[in-house]
Amino acid sequence: MRPTLALALGLTLSAAALSGPFAPAVHAAGASDTEQERAARWQEIAKSIFGDRTIEPTDSLVKLEAPKRAEDAALVPITLTMPEKDKIKAVSLIIDDNPAPYAANFEFGPAADTSELKLRVRVNNYTDMHAVVETTDGKLYEAKQFVKASGGCSAPMGMSEEEALKGMGDMRMKFADAQPGKPVEATLMIRHPNFSGMQMNQVTRDYTPARYIDKLTVSAGDRKVFTMTGDISIASNPVINFGLKPDGKPIQVAAGDNQGGAWTHSFTAPSPTN
Amino acid sequence: MAAQAVGPKGEAFAQSRGLSRRHALFGGLCLCCLPTAGMSAGAYAEAFTMEEVAPGTFIRKGLIADATPENADAIANIGFIVGRDGVLVTESGGSLVDGQWLRGEIAKRTDKPVTHVVLSHVHPDHAFGAGAFTADKPVFIGHAKLKEALDARGEFYRRRLVELFGEERTGPVVYPTMAVADTAEVNLGDRTLSFTAHGPAHTTSDLSMRDSASGLLFPADLLFVDRIPSLDGSLKGWLKELERVKASGATHAVPGHGPVRVELAPAVAALTAYLTALRDGTKAAIAKDVPIDKAVDTVAHDQGDKWKLFEHYNRRNITVAYQELEWD
Repeated sequence: MRPTLALALGLTLSAAALSGPFAPAVHAAGASDTEQERAARWQEIAKSIFGDRTIEPTDSLVKLEAPKRAEDAALVPITLTMPEKDKIKAVSLIIDDNPAPYAANFEFGPAADTSELKLRVRVNNYTDMHAVVETTDGKLYEAKQFVKASGGCSAPMGMSEEEALKGMGDMRMKFADAQPGKPVEATLMIRHPNFSGMQMNQVTRDYTPARYIDKLTVSAGDRKVFTMTGDISIASNPVINFGLKPDGKPIQVAAGDNQGGAWTHSFTAPSPTN
Repeated sequence: MAAQAVGPKGEAFAQSRGLSRRHALFGGLCLCCLPTAGMSAGAYAEAFTMEEVAPGTFIRKGLIADATPENADAIANIGFIVGRDGVLVTESGGSLVDGQWLRGEIAKRTDKPVTHVVLSHVHPDHAFGAGAFTADKPVFIGHAKLKEALDARGEFYRRRLVELFGEERTGPVVYPTMAVADTAEVNLGDRTLSFTAHGPAHTTSDLSMRDSASGLLFPADLLFVDRIPSLDGSLKGWLKELERVKASGATHAVPGHGPVRVELAPAVAALTAYLTALRDGTKAAIAKDVPIDKAVDTVAHDQGDKWKLFEHYNRRNITVAYQELEWD
């Protein structure tokens, strides 16, 4: 690939732009790694997260969709499809070459509809991504996708720190048109910079300390939809699309970040589905 | 699944193993393969010419391309205005070498001192030529928000240019010495340049300029012609600021990209058409719960044949617009 500076007219980084200046000090990997090297890295990561448990490949229990070449490495949309919803207990997203590879974990509850889950992440390097589902019988299955993007974790926000913190904790929830008897598609939006700890104030040369949503629980009434454990790989102003089975009671959202920030919101649920 | 494995464990893990392969790699590109020589000084100079778009006003047309090691980021329309008392640089260039070339073009035409250099906004293709003028000790004119924007991104951009064509050809990040918060005037003796600081539009630091002698408007990257605009400030704000540009009373303008001199009204109309399509298409996608990853495939595609580099920027513009509009 011929190197070009596609960010010449904009801040956003595409795969064509080079990676973050600070990335190599933390971790270096990238385009020229071999399949074998990537596989070996994944073995190490999987072991650190799941211990010695066996992870089998799957092309039905979970599908992982990501753009092969990201428009904006600081906002890479990911879709996890898990059609066999009664079998899914949890799903993890791992971005192998990110500084903190374990991007997110979702534990589903009885009000969840797992068929489709979307979130937006930062990608710091050309990397394999893995989705690992845990089924209700306690087994693990993985799906994989390679993504070309770089610099997503260290890219400066397009605004000052103060501005990025404005409205922190504000939330919105949107529901797609509900059809009787069907689960509802919901979109949860949270105002939060999700500072990665790798974004530098170029003048003071200080890194803006990492500040990210690390715990997020969504419930329909007193039934859990999911609990997400998150990390610095989640893009700023997190947006999560998910399915839920409402029962008429309010949808409760509780979010907390690693610096002790805590926010709760309640949303009116769409009409009961049956 | 142990949720407590998230974060600390992952981070420690990454740091313990990353170093072994860093020797030959820098962020996914092998340094040894990067072309370093670039265009020779002679070839570079031959590739460009200055056009006199109004008496004493000289503009170089930037390449319709992204920055590469070969082109030294010479992709913006840059130039200068010769006044009675001195020279004002309208845009400095995309790199130190681009700025040095411009300094040479000025020297060919006048011995008058370079008294003012405009930093029209934060983007590197407009800002990095400024280093070629520091020896002239001019007033560097910029939007009041430019300092903050350069604080956040200047060094980040500089590193990327250095990766493309080296430290020597890139030059330093130059800060404004005269900040325009609303409007300002600069008198060159026989002509006055009037500056307007705009609200968030193309970027958050857009400064436009009007020359009293020629009546020409210099909207910088508030006006793209032929080349697809890149959105990095506020879509709604840009449409709003274009109304101000239209109301400026100017009939002709020097856009930031595209031809060196255009009729203002049709150029603004074309840009407005694209930005409106981008806004309305993105809004419609959000209203229909079309997620961002699907919206980038559909929005504003009917504009594709009207703009160069469309495929390079349209999807990214949608990504930016979507984030702005989804909170409405």
